[in-house]
Amino acid sequence: MHVIEFTNITKTYDMGVAQQVQALQGITLAIDKNEYVAIMGPSGSGKSTLMNIIGCLDTPTSGQYLFNGVNVSEMDDNNLARIRNKEIGFVFQTFNLLARSDALHNVELPLIYAGISATERRDRARKTLEHVQLGDRAHHKPNELSGGQRQRVAVARALVTQPSIILADEPTGNLDSRTGEEIMGLFEELHSQGNTIILVTHEADIAEHAHRIIRLRDGKVETDVRVPPEKRKTYAMKKAS
Amino acid sequence: MHFWTEVKEGLLISFRAIRTNKIRSVLTTLGIVIGIVSVTLMATAIEGVNRAFDKSAAAFGTDVMYVEKWPWVSNEDWTTFRNRREFKMEYASQLDRQATLLSAVAPVMNTRRILKYNNNQMEMALISGTTSEFISASGNTQLDGRFFSDEESDGGRPVCVIGAVVAENLFPSEDPIGKTIRVAGFPYTVLGVFEKQGGLFGEFTSDTRVFIPIHSFISNFGGRRYIYIQARSKSLPLLEEAKIEVEGIMRKIRQVQPGVPSDFSINQQELLTQTFGPISLVISGIGLFITGLSLFVGGIGIMNIMFVSVTERTKEIGIRKAIGAIRWTNLLLLLLEAAALCLIGGTIGLGIAFPLSLIVDRILPTAMPLSVVFIAIAISLVVGVVSGFLPAYRAAKMDPVEALRYE
Ligand SMILES: Nc1ncnc2c1ncn2[C@@H]1O[C@H](COP(=O)(O)OP(=O)(O)O)[C@@H](O)[C@H]1O
Ligand SMILES: [Mg+2]
Repeated sequence: MHVIEFTNITKTYDMGVAQQVQALQGITLAIDKNEYVAIMGPSGSGKSTLMNIIGCLDTPTSGQYLFNGVNVSEMDDNNLARIRNKEIGFVFQTFNLLARSDALHNVELPLIYAGISATERRDRARKTLEHVQLGDRAHHKPNELSGGQRQRVAVARALVTQPSIILADEPTGNLDSRTGEEIMGLFEELHSQGNTIILVTHEADIAEHAHRIIRLRDGKVETDVRVPPEKRKTYAMKKAS
Repeated sequence: MHFWTEVKEGLLISFRAIRTNKIRSVLTTLGIVIGIVSVTLMATAIEGVNRAFDKSAAAFGTDVMYVEKWPWVSNEDWTTFRNRREFKMEYASQLDRQATLLSAVAPVMNTRRILKYNNNQMEMALISGTTSEFISASGNTQLDGRFFSDEESDGGRPVCVIGAVVAENLFPSEDPIGKTIRVAGFPYTVLGVFEKQGGLFGEFTSDTRVFIPIHSFISNFGGRRYIYIQARSKSLPLLEEAKIEVEGIMRKIRQVQPGVPSDFSINQQELLTQTFGPISLVISGIGLFITGLSLFVGGIGIMNIMFVSVTERTKEIGIRKAIGAIRWTNLLLLLLEAAALCLIGGTIGLGIAFPLSLIVDRILPTAMPLSVVFIAIAISLVVGVVSGFLPAYRAAKMDPVEALRYE
């Protein structure tokens, strides 16, 4: 069973009177457990739209989407929210942290909506923060952290519920290249620990870390290639060279 | 368990939002404070007016009938009453002898004269000539000292019983009992002082009156004047029967032919209550409406601010939804902020209104009714929930993607 199975997914935005944007025009693909997929493509090709549908933040106009074998194209908002909460970890380009809450509370947040008890919440959030090397920044607010640190808080938040997949839409887009690589190293590590990761990027350099590269163009899959292990870059290798 | 976790998160966020947006919260709260203060004060004042009214009405005596030429309240042409024959003093003793359902009957005559005691004086005080039965034929009259006796009454002795306000004016620093005052120059010795009645009907209470034996009244001030008879029923349940009996006896005394309408009126306190009750109701209604309006305006203010705060926090709502907050959780979150602001406002409002109501208390016999406190709290909660609900609903319905894109 695939983690994600898209059959002929389309997404059309209505732009007022008789104006439509076909952001996705029939996408069919399958992603398995513990894959590390990079989605590439020019701006406006539908990458974010695809990610939002995968992440259950948005629903397709037509087509079938099976998530862990369950048809989510027909789910109502509450069930979608539950899936987002338990099964999906989303990392955004703009971090999307709660500005008024400290790092710990931000990481705790999904657990609150999952109904986990306060002590367990604290415990898990703290451990996850330590996992992303931010154990000593638990009580810093986002504006007291660097861009890289903020993104690591966001990764910790995505990670804390132990979701089936981690989605990242241009997670390094707002970071300088050195910090970006740090974050990529983190994703790599998560992948090696058994997580399924899908990330959007338009930097070839970053995509080279992935095991599979899906290229979109005008809302369609242009190419879908697996990267042989000898061609993969790893964060550790780069660091050594 | 799950529920309370989210409530706690909502509370935390609400109070954090209230703290971080101090000015906004203060202004919102102010709207509710003003609303609550005016509503509670108005309700207290209305309560006070009603109580004053009841108290004054009780001063007339619930079981006392006032038999006289004129009705107190009537829609009929006044000429029909003007042509009625005048009352005579003997009616009182005749009525007293023949009636079986009356406990006391007293004739009353009034005039206005100047009062003096040493250097103190009171212009145009109401002087009432009556008999010793007056005290038993009146409403709730508490007396310090005593009323004049049958002998003093029949003998027309120069004695008097004065009202509380008269006592205050003539005897600011003395005990009036045993002292001799001058009524238009005639000496009268004070036997008793009525307890203060207060209320709305001023002169009809005992407060500003001086009671003297009717024979003395007639010899000093003349007897050709309006006279009415106070008759008290043996008990309140017997009042209606007593009234029928009085009517029958009075018709006989005044020789009214069968079939002809009675040429006198039997007035009762109830008549006043019936007439003024609706008026006080209208006043209460208008007052509550106006203050309700101010509360409503406060609510609109909160609603407006909640709209702004939702716009500010749309992104936050987007984040929370992306992370798995279910629709009603968001709703709850925002409701809490509005409800908390309103509740704080309501409590402060009560805190301000209470001492103010004590000031009202000095003018009107009232205390802030407990029900008003609960109503005020309930109103502020409802305003909070209602004004928080619409904007929260709008925000919660928003697509997470859309909310996230919001900067
Ligand atoms: N909410 C929206 N309303 C209308 N058009 C949209 C909306 N979101 C995306 N689009 C359009 O859909 C297409 C794909 O957008 P997107 O998925 O954001 O592309 P990418 O992330 O690859 O840059 C673009 O043409 C974009 O203008
Ligand atoms: Mg995009």
